Amino acid sequence: MMDFKKTPWLDFEKPIVELEERIRTLEDSASLRGLDVSEEVSKLKTQVSKLSKDIFDNLDPWQRVQLARHPRRPTTNDYIGLVFDKFQELHGDRAFRDDAAIVGGMAWIDDLAVMVIGHQKGRDTKSNIFRNFGMANPEGYRKALRLMRMAARSGRPVVTFIDTPGAYPGIGAEERGQGEAIARNLREMAGMPIPIIVFVNGEGGSGGALALGVGDKVYMLENSIYSVISPEGCAAILWRDRAKAADAANAMKITAEDALRLGAIDDILTEPVGGAHRNHAATAATIRETIIRDVAELTSTTTRDLLDKRLDKFLSMGIFDED
Amino acid sequence: MSWLNQAKKGIKSLTEQKKDVPEKLWSKCPGCGEVLYHKELERNMWVCTGCNHHLRISTDYYIKLLADENSWHETHKGIRSKDPLGFKDSKKYSDRIAASEKKTGRNDAIVTGRCEINKLPVCIGIMDFDFMGGSMGSVVGEKIARMLQDAVKNREVAIIISRSGGARMQESLLSLMQMAKTSAMLNRLREEGIPYISILTNPTYGGVTASYSTLGDVIIAEPGAFVGFAGPRVIEQTINAELPEGFQSAEFLMDHGMVDMIVSRKHLRDKLSDTISWMVDGRDISVQQPLRA
Repeated sequence: MMDFKKTPWLDFEKPIVELEERIRTLEDSASLRGLDVSEEVSKLKTQVSKLSKDIFDNLDPWQRVQLARHPRRPTTNDYIGLVFDKFQELHGDRAFRDDAAIVGGMAWIDDLAVMVIGHQKGRDTKSNIFRNFGMANPEGYRKALRLMRMAARSGRPVVTFIDTPGAYPGIGAEERGQGEAIARNLREMAGMPIPIIVFVNGEGGSGGALALGVGDKVYMLENSIYSVISPEGCAAILWRDRAKAADAANAMKITAEDALRLGAIDDILTEPVGGAHRNHAATAATIRETIIRDVAELTSTTTRDLLDKRLDKFLSMGIFDED
Repeated sequence: MSWLNQAKKGIKSLTEQKKDVPEKLWSKCPGCGEVLYHKELERNMWVCTGCNHHLRISTDYYIKLLADENSWHETHKGIRSKDPLGFKDSKKYSDRIAASEKKTGRNDAIVTGRCEINKLPVCIGIMDFDFMGGSMGSVVGEKIARMLQDAVKNREVAIIISRSGGARMQESLLSLMQMAKTSAMLNRLREEGIPYISILTNPTYGGVTASYSTLGDVIIAEPGAFVGFAGPRVIEQTINAELPEGFQSAEFLMDHGMVDMIVSRKHLRDKLSDTISWMVDGRDISVQQPLRA
C-alpha cells in the first residue's frame, strides 16, 4: 500500500478532512490527559457526515472528473490485491513488448478462477512514467486480447478494470496500428465465449477505455467518468481552449448517472461516503460481491445466448429519430 | 503537410467548386498547387493529372463510380440525428445538424445501400466528410449496423468507404458506443462467413479508425489518404516533436502492414470486383457457417 501522507486532497473535500483531523487531535489529547470527550466527538462526527453528504450529494461534473482522477483513488492493482484472494500476473503481447499501462493475469476469488485485466496508472511521477499515465500502446491492447483468448480456452470469465485518459498518441503507436489494436479488441470481445464483466473504476477515456469495455455487464463506480474524449481534448477542439475543460465535462454528460440514463452501462456501483479513495476495502468488497453474483448468473446460460445478448445490448445503443 | 491542412484546403476548393460551377472552370490541386481545368479533372475522376492527388469526391460520385447502372438502391434513408445530450459549445448541436443537412442534402454523415459491382451484389456504406466532418454519432453507427445486418440477411459482401474525423463529440458516450456496436456486428459477419471490405479515403481518423475502418478482411486505401488513430497535432503536442514527412499517409500504412493495397480511383471498381469475386464466386455462402472457435 502506498504512503499517502504527501498526497494532496481536493479543495472541495478539504473541509471534511480538516474536521476529521480535529476529531483525531481531540481524541489524542483527551486520551493523553484521561478526559472523556465522547460527547463532543460524536457531535463532530455527526457534523462530518452531514458535511460529507452536503458536498457529495451535489457534485458537479468537473468535481467528478477530479474524483475519478484522484491520486488516492484505488487503481487496478489496488483492486487486484483487495478483491481477489490470489493473483499471478501474466506479461507481454508475444509480439513486441510488455506494456505496463495494462496489467493482467490469473486471479481467484475463493476457488472461482478468472482472468483479470485493467489499465494501470501510477501515483507519483516515477510510477506514472513507468505506467505511461495509464495510456496503452497497441501492444497493451494486444496483451489484453491474448489474455482474454487464453481465458476463453479455459472457460474462465474475464473481469476488466477501466482507468485511462485514452490510448497513447505517439509515432510508434500509429506505426504499430493503434486504431487496429483497439478495433480488433472491440470485435473479438463481442465474440468471446465466456462472461465478461467490466468495471469503469476511474477515468473511462475514449477508444482506449472501450478497448477493455465490451462486456455482458458494464458497471461504473459512482464517481468514475466515461466519455468519447477527455474534457480537455473536447475543450481544445470545440472551445479552442483546454482551460474550458469544466464546460466540456458539463456538456459531454460524463458521469455514471448520465451513462446509465443514456443506456451505455448496466448499473452504477455505490462508493463509500467521500469516494472510493476514503475506503478502498469497502469499495473492493462491493466489486467482489458483484463478480460472484454475475458469474453465477452469466454461466447459467448457453454460450450462444450469452453472445446474442451481448451483441443485442450494444446494437441497441444510440439515440436517433426515424421517419 | 498535415492531413488537416490538406483537408481544409480540400473542403474550400470543393465547396467553392460546388457553388461556383459552372462559372468556375479551374481549381488548384490541394496536393501540388497546379491549376487544373475542371473538364480535365472530371475526365480523370478528380485525380490530379500532375501529382496523382485524389481530390475529395461526393457520395453520388462514388455510387456512379462503383455501382452498375440502375443497380443502386438506397437503404435506411429515414434515420436522422437527434440531440440526446442537448449539447452546446459555440453553437448548438441541433443547429450544426441543420446546417449540415442543408449543405449536403443528406440526413447524416453516411449513405447506405445495395448495388451490384460488375454484377456482384453488395451492401455498401459511403461516408460523407461534408456532414460535420464525417463524424460518427448514433445515426452513422445505426446505419452501418443495419447495412451489415442486410449483408448477413442477403448473404452479400459488405463494403464501407470511410472518411471521417472520428467519433462525434456532441453525442459523447453514445458515439463512443457506436464503435462497439459496429465492431460487434462485424464479429457477427465473421461468424456468418460474410466477407467485409474496408476502403480508406482522406481523411480517416479517431473512433472510425479504431472500429470498422481497420477491420476489413481486405483493406484498400486511396493513394495519399491520411489515416490514423490520433490526429497529427495531438501527437506533435504530446511528444513535443515534428512528425516525419508522409506520416499516416496510405503509403506509410502500407509500409507498416496496415493495408492490403493502395488503389487509384481509376482502378477501384476493377480491384473491388476482383476481390469480391475471389471471396464469393462459386462459393455457397447462402448457409450459415458453424460458430467460430
